[in-house]
Amino acid sequence: MTTQQESPVSAVISIQVENESGALARVIGLFSGRGYNIESLTVAAVDETRRQSRINIVTTATPHVLGQIRAQVERLVPVYRVAVMTGREPHVAREMALVKVIASGERRADALRIAQAFRAHPVDASATSFVFELTGASDKLDAFIDLMRPLGLAEVSRTGIAAIARGAAIL
Amino acid sequence: MNTASHQTDLKPHAAGTDTSVLSGAEVLLRVLAEQGVEVIFGYPGGAVLPIYDAIFRQDAIRHVLVRHEQAAVHAAEAYARSTGKVGVVLVTSGPGATNTVTGLLDAMLDSIPVVCFSGQVGVPLIGTDAFQEADTTGITRPATKYNYLIRRAEDVAPCVHEAFHIARSGRPGPVLVDLPKNLMVGPAPYSEAPRVPHPSYRPQTEPGREVIARAVAAMKGARRPLFYTGGGIINAGPEASAALRKLVEKTGFPCTSTLMGLGSMPAGDRRFLGMLGMHGTYEANMATHGCDVLIALGSRFDDRVTGRLDAFSPGSFKIHADIDPSQINKIVPVDVGIVGDARRVIEMMLEEWECTPANTRQPIDMAQWWHQINEWRKTDSLGFVQDRAPGAIIRPQYTIRRLHELVTATGRDTYVSTEVGQHQMWAAQHFGFDRPNRWLTSGGLGTMGYGLPAAVGAQIAHPDALVIDIAGEASTLMNIQELSTIAQYRLPVKVFILNNQYMGMVRQWQELLHDSRYSESYSAALPDFVKLAESFHGKGLRATCVGELDGVIAEMLAHPGPVVADICVAQDENCYPMIPSGAAHNQMLLGPDQDDEISAEGRMLV
Repeated sequence: MTTQQESPVSAVISIQVENESGALARVIGLFSGRGYNIESLTVAAVDETRRQSRINIVTTATPHVLGQIRAQVERLVPVYRVAVMTGREPHVAREMALVKVIASGERRADALRIAQAFRAHPVDASATSFVFELTGASDKLDAFIDLMRPLGLAEVSRTGIAAIARGAAIL
Repeated sequence: MNTASHQTDLKPHAAGTDTSVLSGAEVLLRVLAEQGVEVIFGYPGGAVLPIYDAIFRQDAIRHVLVRHEQAAVHAAEAYARSTGKVGVVLVTSGPGATNTVTGLLDAMLDSIPVVCFSGQVGVPLIGTDAFQEADTTGITRPATKYNYLIRRAEDVAPCVHEAFHIARSGRPGPVLVDLPKNLMVGPAPYSEAPRVPHPSYRPQTEPGREVIARAVAAMKGARRPLFYTGGGIINAGPEASAALRKLVEKTGFPCTSTLMGLGSMPAGDRRFLGMLGMHGTYEANMATHGCDVLIALGSRFDDRVTGRLDAFSPGSFKIHADIDPSQINKIVPVDVGIVGDARRVIEMMLEEWECTPANTRQPIDMAQWWHQINEWRKTDSLGFVQDRAPGAIIRPQYTIRRLHELVTATGRDTYVSTEVGQHQMWAAQHFGFDRPNRWLTSGGLGTMGYGLPAAVGAQIAHPDALVIDIAGEASTLMNIQELSTIAQYRLPVKVFILNNQYMGMVRQWQELLHDSRYSESYSAALPDFVKLAESFHGKGLRATCVGELDGVIAEMLAHPGPVVADICVAQDENCYPMIPSGAAHNQMLLGPDQDDEISAEGRMLV
């Protein structure tokens, strides 16, 4: 079968789901039960009445498995719509990170300078620490975190990806 | 969460309904009646006492008391499978609910519509490790099509209506509704089934014309076509089987069936090749391997069917119709995928077949294909040799053949359930099913202990029919307590045990794959099944040699009450033909003399 020779690609699965207890558990239980991996996960209510939530899951899988993930998620009772966004589907994917750096002296100044270059905002500061807020594509966040590592990187909290298709197309 | 606040929030009853205040339990029963429920299979306990009290005070719905909650689900499955209705289960919280898990998953894998109501501790106690509390919705989430934990009285009626809709529509399956005790005691508003469609759940049942046309175009050009039909045909109702018979007749194509699809085509039809797959017939598997157009209808390319995947039906143009879009391209990539109800798919194929221009293929091509198939048939892959001397050891295949012949002679409407193992395969191979909904077996999950409670469910649904559980001595002991249910309701179920004193299929695999090291597969310390039957107020019979077999079967069939027939069969018999693990359809083992080595990869497979 050709499907076994396909190489894995990274994808964001966006799922519009009824905002009910257990809906998220159904989706992530399906992923773990069928052996699909989850690299990041975000979920929040997105409509005005808070009746629907959007789940964004980043995964890596072959196109055949991505098709299976879509079909398996779509048949869950509380799921409205599913979009699978890979490099072939134009989309915007963003993530936010809060990065705590503990440093003083020259390293503190370096951290601030790099943060400016990355448009990371210091949202908390003490005599010995900063918390930077940074939004962007995941690889930009990775690059920033890597640069902070020798400068006193202490703690990272990331949101995981939120994604949406470019243009007028909607989920 | 404060339940009292919910109760004060109750909306007034809808106009035209009973103005008296109903309890949650009464609302539940009223909704069940509106959904057409006639029978509940259940077992009481603390958390469902209010529901049992409401059952006691009405007589519209009958309750059948099983002896174990797993059996309640299997009985409900058989009730559903044999009637086309939704099977209903009622159990208590905690262990009552956890005992249903095997049954629910069984119904999930075989797409059987069941609604299971489980008691739960009161809403204020949820999450406190209360007595007999379990996270039932958490435990059953992967074992059900959908489940609910009801937290508000006003949700009882709408959720129960919805549960039935979800269980029976689309690809059918089990739905569990967890009912906290306080909501059953307190008042709850009644509401009728909603008329608006479900907001997110909208299964597609009507196939697209265009894909049907593409499928039929391929069928018209086929030289070596084959229908491969499954349980979806049974689920689509008897009309789907009737349509299939017409389609097979019109096209003149051969047809094979999965285990779950048996009965959709008459077993004796000349165009029916028997079951395919691991223990399928030689002609069915060779035709699957050699066909040029494979039309899968309501079947799902299960690993018991496909054998080695990269050698499955190589080179054929594949059409796959299923009501569940996730089944298409799941295992085997197909050329035309059709989403829709099997009955509609077949009906539209018939229409398209009639109205499209004459075949591009020559009649001679199909004649060659049939000639080839009839050559394969001559292999007689289900053949066996039975020594007819009265004292000879009974062979299990012969037992099933004689049972079928003597049952057919009675002319009675007959339902057959099975346990799981060799006897199940022999029943599938040798008991000819001519009608749908008569064959009740655990296919996907392979649940030993299914057959006896299933026979209970079938007999409750069809009190005047002949119901036989074709069993093995090991499987039947897994739910043997149901003999008590059978006794209580005077169900004339016939438990027909092929007793070879082994977990036969386990023993067979140990012989073939593990150099006959029969690790833990011997059924030691078996009960005396005759005395066992008598202790449960039934009739016990035993046949130990060929000379006794017909008499025992005849006596069993003539007896108006429950019977356990202990048929002592050859201990070392293996179920053939067989596609060994990891092999292709054209590499079947036809019998014990064919000594092919099973590969190391094959040994890794289940």
